[in-house]
Formats: sequence, structure tokens, C-alpha cells
Amino acid sequence: MKVTMRVNGVERSADVEPRVLLVDFLRSNLLLTGTHIGCDTTSCGACTVRMDGDPVKSCTVLAVQAEGREIKTVEGLANGAALAPIQVGFHEEHGLQCGFCTPGMMMVTSALLERNPNPTDDDIRWAISGNICRCTGYMNIVKAVKHAAQMQADAAKAPAGAAVAGGGE
Amino acid sequence: MFPAAFDYSAPTTLAEALSILAQRGDDAKVMAGGQSLIPLLKLRFSQPQLIVDIGRLPGMAEIKRDDGHVRIGALARHVDIERSKELAKLIPLMVEAVHWIADPLVRNRGTLVGSVCHADPSGDWGSIMLALNAELIAQSSKGERVIPIDGFFQSPFTTTLRPDEVVTAIRIPVPAGSAGGSYHKLERKVGDFATVAVSVQVELDGRKVKKAGIGLTSVGATNLKAKKAEQALVGHELTDDVIAQAAKLAAEAAEPKGDTRGTAAYKKDVVRVFVQRGLKAALARAQEGKA
Repeated sequence: MKVTMRVNGVERSADVEPRVLLVDFLRSNLLLTGTHIGCDTTSCGACTVRMDGDPVKSCTVLAVQAEGREIKTVEGLANGAALAPIQVGFHEEHGLQCGFCTPGMMMVTSALLERNPNPTDDDIRWAISGNICRCTGYMNIVKAVKHAAQMQADAAKAPAGAAVAGGGE
Repeated sequence: MFPAAFDYSAPTTLAEALSILAQRGDDAKVMAGGQSLIPLLKLRFSQPQLIVDIGRLPGMAEIKRDDGHVRIGALARHVDIERSKELAKLIPLMVEAVHWIADPLVRNRGTLVGSVCHADPSGDWGSIMLALNAELIAQSSKGERVIPIDGFFQSPFTTTLRPDEVVTAIRIPVPAGSAGGSYHKLERKVGDFATVAVSVQVELDGRKVKKAGIGLTSVGATNLKAKKAEQALVGHELTDDVIAQAAKLAAEAAEPKGDTRGTAAYKKDVVRVFVQRGLKAALARAQEGKA
């Protein structure tokens, strides 16, 4: 059946079987392979995307359930060559080692920063509690998110029109 | 992994959903958020011919006060419960417990009603609903039926819901007077099923217990209501002896199986300890005047 949704701001559609998972729709039909498949059992969060703003595990959503919804994947974070603050945070604070969990971690924490622009360590750890990093880089992930939050706060304080490192999104 | 092929229907009115279920209910499975069902479909433990996705039905995500009850619609997600100021005030047990359910991502999709209807004996909501004496509102093309939660669970993943019915809401009596509840869960990590969990709710009349609810998770073929333990509380003051006796009765009601997480005897003892801790926490909250 035909499925249509907005992915990273662009309307995309494809003809898929109802059993096709959102993660496979994104990766195989739209060739957006930034969203990873980790455990495939709703445990690890590598496949996290945002659906109408909420981070969800796309291995546990049918593509047909996303009909008419707004999907954002890791490919939608950067604005051209300008990385989003959350990406700059992960880059500068070494919030990744192998990088496999990183797209999911960034989608979760980008949602966190919208709801809570100044999260504590506990808030961050709570937000990423459904996402597993097997390099165990959690310490640096927490630092990366705090760094991104700080950059966003600084950008909000900066005079209008001033250039902001890692601005975008 | 992907599920076996199925037909898919996403009705946009309740009448349409009920008509589909009237015709094909025997082959169909109702899906709300899909956070329990989709994993089962992927493992092919469940292979329905038709999925009826009720996710597009209007007006079913409400959490609202309704006489002496709070009515929670079939599309109210765990995260909606987590953020509900009304529930935090009226039934704080639910808002405390929701943090133990799955993980934040699953809570963005999964629903209370879906979870209860899924009837996983390791599910958290079932025992919480048993402790709170909730009722399910089931609709079919023949009309509406109110199903008390006590007796709803028949065996693992099996309830008394008929194939042509869909649960449109859960209704929970608002605890009156000085009341308190608590949820204790032993899990290995966030998102894990409970090794053991215990849900407790008490209402006091002066110092004596007027109503008591105790629900047990992961220690039987269904979520269990520890009725003898509840009865041992009613009419009594929550002294250490009364609490210890109820905890002992609840442990006797548990029917756990030993596995890699612990032996049956260990799990029974966790039930005993959690009922004790739960009742003490519930009592403290009731005395603070928190509902």
C-alpha cells in the first residue's frame, strides 16, 4: 500500500507492504541509512528517529503507522555543511567511539534539549536510558549533551546576527 | 526481522473499527501503539491475518475525570500518564509506576490500555490496575460492556475480551480520603521486564484501612491480585504485625517460576519484602495527605 510521510521536511512516499518497519522504509526505500538497526528487538535505541517530535524506536513502528506523520532522522540534523549543536557537542566532547549508537543518541538528546534546554546529568542519563552504547561512552555522551546545551544557551544570548559555532538546524 | 504478512486496516471512526471486528474479529488483532505487539509479530509468535490499527481513532487519547473515576482513553500513551498533572494529583501511584515501564522511547508510543489488553504476566500496568480496581470499557457492534479488571486476565496473553470487542478506555476509581500507593519493581536494567514487582494501594478511614489493593507482576501465569492479603488489611490499623501478615499472604499467593533471574523461593520472598515496603510507603503517603 502507498505510504506518504514527511521525512526531514520533504514529502516522501513509496508502495510498501503493511509489515514493513519504519526503519526499513527509511533505510531501504528512502536510502537514509544514517538510522541504524542494532538489536531489532526494541532494546537498544540505535534506530531512534523522531516522529511528530517524539523520539521513537523505528524498528518497532510500522511504516504504515507513520502515514501522514512528520519524521526526522539523523540526516535532518545538520543544515547543509553546518552541524547542529548536538552534533558539534558529540564531535567536540568525543561523544562516540564506534559511532553505531550515535544517530539514535543524537535524536533522543535533540528532543531532550527542546523540552529541557538546561538538563542535569540525571536528566540526560534518564533521557538516554532507552539507548545502549556498547563502547560504554556514556560519560562523554553526557558531556556532549551538556556542551550542546551550553552552546544553545550561548547562541540565545548572543546578539542577533552573530555567527554561532555549530549553528544550524 | 519483519512480521509475517498481514492485511492492515486503519479505521478513522470507532463504528468502522467495530464493523471490521464484527466481520473479521477472529482473525484480527487490534493495535494501538504496537510496542508489545510489533515485537511479537517480528518474532512471529503472533501471526494475525489482519491488524486493525486504532491509532487514528479520534478523541481516544484523553485522560479525564469522570464522576468518581479517572477515564483513560485507549490511545493515551505512557508518556501522557507520566506528564499528567491531574493523575499526579488524583492517582499518584500511576505516575510513580509509569517511570518503571519500558524506557522513555517506548513510553512515547505504548499505551496503558494496549498494555493491559496485551496481558503479559510480566506487564506492569496489569497489576497496578488490579491494585486500583480498574474497569475496562469494551465496545463492540452490539454495544458497550464494563469489565472489572479482577477476572479479566485468564492466562498469559489471554483475556476475557471477545474477538469483536475493543477496549476504548480504562476507568479507575479515584482514591478517596487519605490514600496512598506505591510500586516496587526489581529489574536488571531500564526497559527490562520485572523479575518481581508489587503494586500497593490503600485508603484509610482514620487509622484503619478502608480499602486495600495489592497486585503482583511476573510471579504467575497472569498479573495476580493478592486477595487474601488485601482482606487481611481491611478494618485494621497498619501495624508492623498486620503488614507482615499481609506480606506473608501475598507471598503465598505468588506462583513464580524459577529462572536465571532467581529461584521461585527467592521471588516469593521478594514479593513479601516488596509488599512490606510498599505498604509502609503507601501508609506514609496516606498520612502525608497525598492521595
